Amino acid sequence: MTPAEIRDEIIDILEDISPDEDLDGLDDQKPFRDQLELDSMDFLDIVMELRKRHRVQIPEEDYGNLASMHSTVTYLEPKMKDI
Amino acid sequence: MYDTIIIGAGMSGLAAGIRLAHFDQRVCILERHYTIGGLNSFYRMGGRDYDVGLHAMTNFARKGDKRGPLAKLIRQLRFGWEDFKLAEQIGSSIRFPGVSLDFNNDIEMLESEIASRFPDQIDGFRTLCGSLLDYSDMDGGSPEFMRSAREVLAEHLSEPLLIEMLLCPLMWYGNAREDDMDFGQFCIMFRACYLEGFGRPYKGVRVILKNLVRKFRGLGGELKLRHGVSRIHVEDGKAVGVVLDDGTEIEGKRILSSAGNIETMRMCDDITTPEVARAGKLSFIESISILDRDPKALGFDRTIVFYNDSEKFHWRRPDDGLCDARTGVICSPNNYIYDSDEGTLPDGVVRITTLADHDRWCELPEQKYLAEKVTQYDAAVASAVRFMPDFRSNVIATDVFTPKTIRRFTFHDNGAVYGAPDKQLDGCTHLPNLYLCGTDQGFVGIVGAIVSGISMANRHCLMSD
Repeated sequence: MTPAEIRDEIIDILEDISPDEDLDGLDDQKPFRDQLELDSMDFLDIVMELRKRHRVQIPEEDYGNLASMHSTVTYLEPKMKDI
Repeated sequence: MYDTIIIGAGMSGLAAGIRLAHFDQRVCILERHYTIGGLNSFYRMGGRDYDVGLHAMTNFARKGDKRGPLAKLIRQLRFGWEDFKLAEQIGSSIRFPGVSLDFNNDIEMLESEIASRFPDQIDGFRTLCGSLLDYSDMDGGSPEFMRSAREVLAEHLSEPLLIEMLLCPLMWYGNAREDDMDFGQFCIMFRACYLEGFGRPYKGVRVILKNLVRKFRGLGGELKLRHGVSRIHVEDGKAVGVVLDDGTEIEGKRILSSAGNIETMRMCDDITTPEVARAGKLSFIESISILDRDPKALGFDRTIVFYNDSEKFHWRRPDDGLCDARTGVICSPNNYIYDSDEGTLPDGVVRITTLADHDRWCELPEQKYLAEKVTQYDAAVASAVRFMPDFRSNVIATDVFTPKTIRRFTFHDNGAVYGAPDKQLDGCTHLPNLYLCGTDQGFVGIVGAIVSGISMANRHCLMSD
């Protein structure tokens, strides 16, 4: 997957987790938490959905990389480039 | 071999099952009874639908609200708002001798009621509201959590009657401890009842249960009714599976039990005598009266009335009788603001709940048991009509459930409705792959039980898989 495809996939997961959220104005550089009503349960769901959909394993110590869209895509790029 | 075996198809077990099945686990829910729901159930009798358990769903939220437990569980279970479609309450009341406080889903109503009935207490009430723990403090880690709620209330309020009145609904809707309440549990219930409020789906608890089961099965989860677990099979310090009442063995990598803390311990075959002797004691008797008209036609528009017939609120198992009708809860499912396309309910309904002693009910011989159901129905209604219009000449059908019924449906010791007073908030047991969910883990009530199932599934069954 290219970075753009990974971003689309994350958007799709966020829509699944939180269907009422408006994601059009998402700023990729800013933390998700500052823009969306996401709590720790929702972050767990991003991790779980990536595992379910793409078999991507994210160890707990790496969860900090999922703070913003930009950092998430950067972190996932090497893990998802062959998918 | 299942990834997770869940004991009990109540709200918490079903919610946990959905989480696990959604993330592709092989999961099986085993339920001893012939129907789902546990404490919350529904049935049809004489051509009418009856609900058991749900008076109101607490933690009301409107479509689009993103905060609070209800929004969280809808997201976590991938439901939409329309799946629950809660109608808001008209309004509820706390009625003590000579004084009544009304409240609805907007805290301003309760505030203005307190300001007018107890003018010198309103500042204290506001500081109390400001000192409530947040949901994020509710994992039991806060040192405030285990404090006595009565002690904290007395720091803010000097009028004992107001303290009793505020505690009455919160204890009724979610306190497993007699007489007092943990401050943490007080905060959970204060938010759930006073800050968020009450709602109900037009079709009652069956909508919620049916949605949970449909989603669980749709994700490939297995639900086996009439499959009681008699033992949890332990080998080398780990649970390896369960043995059913008929002797069948089922293997699982881990077990999540909503059977209750002591009840689960008793099933483990490495434990001969469960050390914990503190099962919950509080059980209820509840009557359902079907009326020949809408209760509003009799001048009763309250969604819930929490009543107590003296200045002191007695929250404990009856000392000397089958029931204690000095305090009770009156609810009418007719008194919600349903959408116009739903219309009104087919029957007028009044449900009355009072405290009852499980052991005394279970000791009664069958004939006496049936006779007492009638006697205690009359006593509860006679007590309640001191706080609402007398509806006795309008009753066309009744049904009553007792602690014995609760015990039969939930298999919880003492027919305890809110479980043991000491909760196991982390859900852990003496075995590394056996966990608790449901009333003995933590949150109670319908929303609480669902949140319990979700959080225990996340914490113990998903993260480690």
